[in-house]
Amino acid sequence: MTSRSSLPAADNSPVFTPPSGLLYRAADRLYRRPNLLLALLLLPPLLWFGSVYIASLLALLWQGLYTFDDFTMLVNHTLTLENYARLFDPANFDIILRTLLMALAVSAFSAILAFPVAYYMARYASGRIKAFFYLAVMLPMWTSYIVKAYAWTLLLAQEGVSQWFVHLLGLTPLLDALLALPGVGGNTLSTSSLGRFLVFTYIWLPFMILPIQASLERLPPSLLQASSDLGATPFKTFRHVILPLSVPGIAAGSIFTFSLTLGDYIVPQLVGPPGLFLGSMVYVQQGSIGNMPMAAAFTLVPIVLIAIYLSIVKRMGAFDAL
Amino acid sequence: MHSDQHASVWLKCAAWGGLVFLHFPIVIIAMYAFNTEESAFSFPPKGFTLHWFSVAFGRADVLESIGLSLKIASLATAIAMVLGTLAAAAMYRRSFFGKDSITLMLILPIALPGIITGLALLQAFQAMDIQPGILTIVVGHATFCVVIVYNNVVARFRRTSGSLIEASMDLGADGWQTFRYILLPNLGTAMLAGGMLAFALSFDELIVTTFTAGHEKPLPIWLLNQLTRPRDVPVTNVVALMVMLATMVPVFLAYLLTKGGDDVAGSGK
Repeated sequence: MTSRSSLPAADNSPVFTPPSGLLYRAADRLYRRPNLLLALLLLPPLLWFGSVYIASLLALLWQGLYTFDDFTMLVNHTLTLENYARLFDPANFDIILRTLLMALAVSAFSAILAFPVAYYMARYASGRIKAFFYLAVMLPMWTSYIVKAYAWTLLLAQEGVSQWFVHLLGLTPLLDALLALPGVGGNTLSTSSLGRFLVFTYIWLPFMILPIQASLERLPPSLLQASSDLGATPFKTFRHVILPLSVPGIAAGSIFTFSLTLGDYIVPQLVGPPGLFLGSMVYVQQGSIGNMPMAAAFTLVPIVLIAIYLSIVKRMGAFDAL
Repeated sequence: MHSDQHASVWLKCAAWGGLVFLHFPIVIIAMYAFNTEESAFSFPPKGFTLHWFSVAFGRADVLESIGLSLKIASLATAIAMVLGTLAAAAMYRRSFFGKDSITLMLILPIALPGIITGLALLQAFQAMDIQPGILTIVVGHATFCVVIVYNNVVARFRRTSGSLIEASMDLGADGWQTFRYILLPNLGTAMLAGGMLAFALSFDELIVTTFTAGHEKPLPIWLLNQLTRPRDVPVTNVVALMVMLATMVPVFLAYLLTKGGDDVAGSGK
């Protein structure tokens, strides 16, 4: 683009005389000065993000250093590290651990469910079927989050759809056995961790399918041919060629499932046992108790966990598959 | 890595089963909106009726929430389209100092959990004595919608070959004409698709909104409040169906606008 200044100026052409309004001159001048253009283009987004977002984020973490007086229920500006230290109280640590385990379990199960869909899309579907699959994964991903969560409260309700199907298929004893498991179960599906786990998996599943599909799509067919020419059975090809090369896609998808589960507080509120989640804790601290410093301190946890998670999956090539 | 062989029965079952799993709850919502029962979730439904649609559309609070959500989504989309397109125009080709940090900054509002963005904005508004309301909701939504527009437009910029622009200038067009007749028509559908997705995202955003809404009740918040209130179940079901359609239609349109390209709109949220 910058090479244009060395070309003969088009303005001298006898067949075409461009209008010489202010707008036109300004556009030409900007074209000749890419740095000025760059600065002008970036200024509005930078101003917006700098003033609205980054400043708020930093202010939030700073708030975590303020003191909350339990007696007066007021925040004063004495700086303290106590809020951040209290994150390691056994009760708070439980919340962090519970959320972390759920996020990891949801990511793992989503990957298992997503893989066949992505594999079929990338390897066997073509033309209309592929377009159909694409839309069929994309639409639920974008469909209203709260409506999806609501749909699951209907599904899991007593006498609801899931119960009807479980009964129809004669699986009631299996469900009862699952619900009786300590740590996973509960009185009913809608008050068990199992129910919550299902809802999370459902809501974030499309975020896992599409990155895996994209990474499988990029796999060159010649690799598979080479593998089979060298005598590998289809299973061996899958195990030693396809699966390892799809790891970046799985890792990329898990960024979404992990981070979205980690910060959620609506699903834990609607489905599952009463124990708090990270997101719910932030919400309760801020909303019901009014302890903004503690809420702010709690937001550091998902930030740190996600940063750690990102540094792990980055090594698995997740960033190239995003 | 497309293959001409046929998939095994198991793989087919797992793949189609995955799709059924993704759509089953959506079908249930659509079905319950026509349910005759007033307060039960019993399955299968006892009968079908359109009655609740007229009830829902007769409710002032429902209409108010719909209007509010449309207004917020339109404003947030407009801001996001301007900022996202500007950022894409700046970032698509040149590399410069701090480019990666800017990319990170654009992604951060949707990469970090909504609760962090929401709380950060809330305490910033409080510190500046700004009353939460439509304005604060729009500011929050616009911030996380920018990256959606940015992603779509930057992908289109990358596909628009630089030689097109050079050819236009060589043929005597000035910068403005090149922008108006070459660049803009090329970017148009990508901007539109990005805008549609941003609209859909804003229309149903709940988590950031709960922090920035104050006393306002956009549709997702109205829905959330309904869930703890069992008496209005039929109206809730109808509104849920409408919210779902309101987010699906723009996403579908965005897909149509960009299909055939390398980067189909909506493949990342």
